[in-house]
Amino acid sequence: MKPILALARTDIVLYLGNRKALLVSLVAPILIAAFFGSVLGGAPKKAIRIPIAVTDLDGSAVSKKIVAAIAADATFEVQSPGDEAARDLVRRGKIRAAVVLPKGFGDEAAKALFRRDARKPEVTVHYDPSQSTTLALVKGLLAQHAMQAVAQSAFSPTEGRKFIADSRRDVESAATMKPESKQDLLALFDSLDRIQARAKAEPASGQAGGGFGGFQMPFATKEIEVTSGERRKYNAYAHSFAGMGVQFVLFMGVELGMGLLLMRRQGIWKRLRAAPITRSMLLSSRIVSGTVIAVALMIGIYAAGIAAFDVRIEGSVTGFIGVLVAFGMLTATFGLLIAALGGSPEATRGIAIVATLLMVMLGGAWVPTFVFPDWLQTATLAMPTRWAIDGLAAMTWRGLGIEEALAPIGVMLAFSVAFGLLALARFRWEE
Amino acid sequence: MLQAIDLHKSYGDKVAVAGISLEARPGEILGLLGPNGAGKSTTVAMICGIARPDRGTVSLAGERLEGDESPLKQRLGLVPQDISLFEELPALENLRLFGRLYGLDGTLLAERCTAALTLVGLAGEAKAKPSTFSGGMKRRLNIACALVHDPDVLVLDEPTVGVDPQSRNAIFGNLETLRARGKALVYTTHYMEEVERLCDRIVIVDHGKVIASDTKANLHRLLPATAKRRVEIEGEIDDALLARLASMGLAVRGETGASLESVFLHLTGRELRD
Repeated sequence: MKPILALARTDIVLYLGNRKALLVSLVAPILIAAFFGSVLGGAPKKAIRIPIAVTDLDGSAVSKKIVAAIAADATFEVQSPGDEAARDLVRRGKIRAAVVLPKGFGDEAAKALFRRDARKPEVTVHYDPSQSTTLALVKGLLAQHAMQAVAQSAFSPTEGRKFIADSRRDVESAATMKPESKQDLLALFDSLDRIQARAKAEPASGQAGGGFGGFQMPFATKEIEVTSGERRKYNAYAHSFAGMGVQFVLFMGVELGMGLLLMRRQGIWKRLRAAPITRSMLLSSRIVSGTVIAVALMIGIYAAGIAAFDVRIEGSVTGFIGVLVAFGMLTATFGLLIAALGGSPEATRGIAIVATLLMVMLGGAWVPTFVFPDWLQTATLAMPTRWAIDGLAAMTWRGLGIEEALAPIGVMLAFSVAFGLLALARFRWEE
Repeated sequence: MLQAIDLHKSYGDKVAVAGISLEARPGEILGLLGPNGAGKSTTVAMICGIARPDRGTVSLAGERLEGDESPLKQRLGLVPQDISLFEELPALENLRLFGRLYGLDGTLLAERCTAALTLVGLAGEAKAKPSTFSGGMKRRLNIACALVHDPDVLVLDEPTVGVDPQSRNAIFGNLETLRARGKALVYTTHYMEEVERLCDRIVIVDHGKVIASDTKANLHRLLPATAKRRVEIEGEIDDALLARLASMGLAVRGETGASLESVFLHLTGRELRD
């Protein structure tokens, strides 16, 4: 055991003594995590409003109501620069979408509400293809506000009376409609006419239609973020610090592997091999030193996240430490595996860095894995980095208990054992 | 003390060593000579337990050296050809590390470190990092690291590559001291003058085999009687003697007989230039 500790201590002292390398290993992940964190939403704050433009070419009461409703919606930040200017803003990426309500929208929309064969007005939505999720959002909220405004207008005692009269005329003259359908619709118009007349006679009720204000959303939503606690908001930095920490600590693991390859090329390796210590001891010392350095780096990176970016360990602290230690072992054995499989240090470094970048990308270090397609989310469970990041997420912003850390810890330890055994089996002890 | 018997080693189809045997005795320096690719380094690797022989044995004081963790390795020290130091670790820390790998600790380790540094003339540089050392100082520390556990057998693989004459001279002095203490030394080099100065017996290897093994004097006798030979004569030589030698058909050149290194050391002194 003493030789293992002596060698591990030397590795750690040498690593800590290399101030420039240490600074890069700590500062680079913090800076990049700060960037990614701010891009992905940053620390808890007010919800971001999506910038869109709405152009009302109709100018009717209905279209004005729709524009007002969209403007009042907390989801959007609405501007009305005109059709051409709006499209230009979308093209330049200044706004996400531009909605155009065409001329005649109010009249046609009201008619289309009851008549399947009526001409439907065409609302144009220009959108930024790089922000395609915005399209669904705009269409959904536009449908809600348009339905409410058109229905309210159709049933109101003022504009609605004209709409009922026009509709009655259309139905009566419709040659293709079945008589019984005509009869039912005309009965409906009669009912509506009576409601509107009553509403006009009793304006004090304060509601169009004497208590019937048209179609409304039949429910209300209460939105609650499910995080570590009711008062805690999701912090994007918690994810970015985990991701960048994992990435740069794995880079450190690659460098440990390179160090072993370089050492093997030098006389110092012969001196170590000439000493009365086993091969397992030699490799174990690298696992010990690699794990200690990796854990220390992760603690340093998280310390910066906690101090400056409001990252918090909301879950189990023991679980968090467990995930760090398991990830540290994973890093150290990954470095050993690189040294065992690699050829020359120069050729191996490039391949190892590409492999690391793939692992961290697929592990969700750059963007959370929930944005991946379903099949990729399943496939990336084979990546040890995925378990590291999921484990850190569980112990930080998700605020989960130690039981949620056990699977990530177990999987990472299993990978570590596999990497270590493979390294021991494939290591070239004689040049 | 150290016996290597019928060592064989191949790497794939390439035969590196094909039956080398040698013996290093206490209080003796054994020179291991051979051209590049002769099998010297592979032989050294097998002697020190770095490479496993395909056939043959290495034994120390009658016990066979086998396995990475063999306690016999405690009695062996290796000075690799490359500078084998942690350059950013102070000299003393380098010694401590290698001492700990041989099971030393506490006061004994401290004493051995001091002794090794003193022997190679680096006692005053214990806290300095090798990265700040001259080539000669690094070479001497390289030797000290192999001595810290006080081995009975010291194997040196070209230990003077790239050092100035003063440092080489100091290293020779260190090795002669170790010989006087009864250590067995195996010295591998390309430099014939080093072998001539230091070694009591010489093993010449080529193509993985021993082609000669004897004392320096006996090896000289292997040359045919008519071959060109150079002899060194000590003492006063007057012009009349030189004329007589020339008249006998011998080539007498206008040299002092001393090597250029002797002249260099005479002019620049023998003190170390650290």
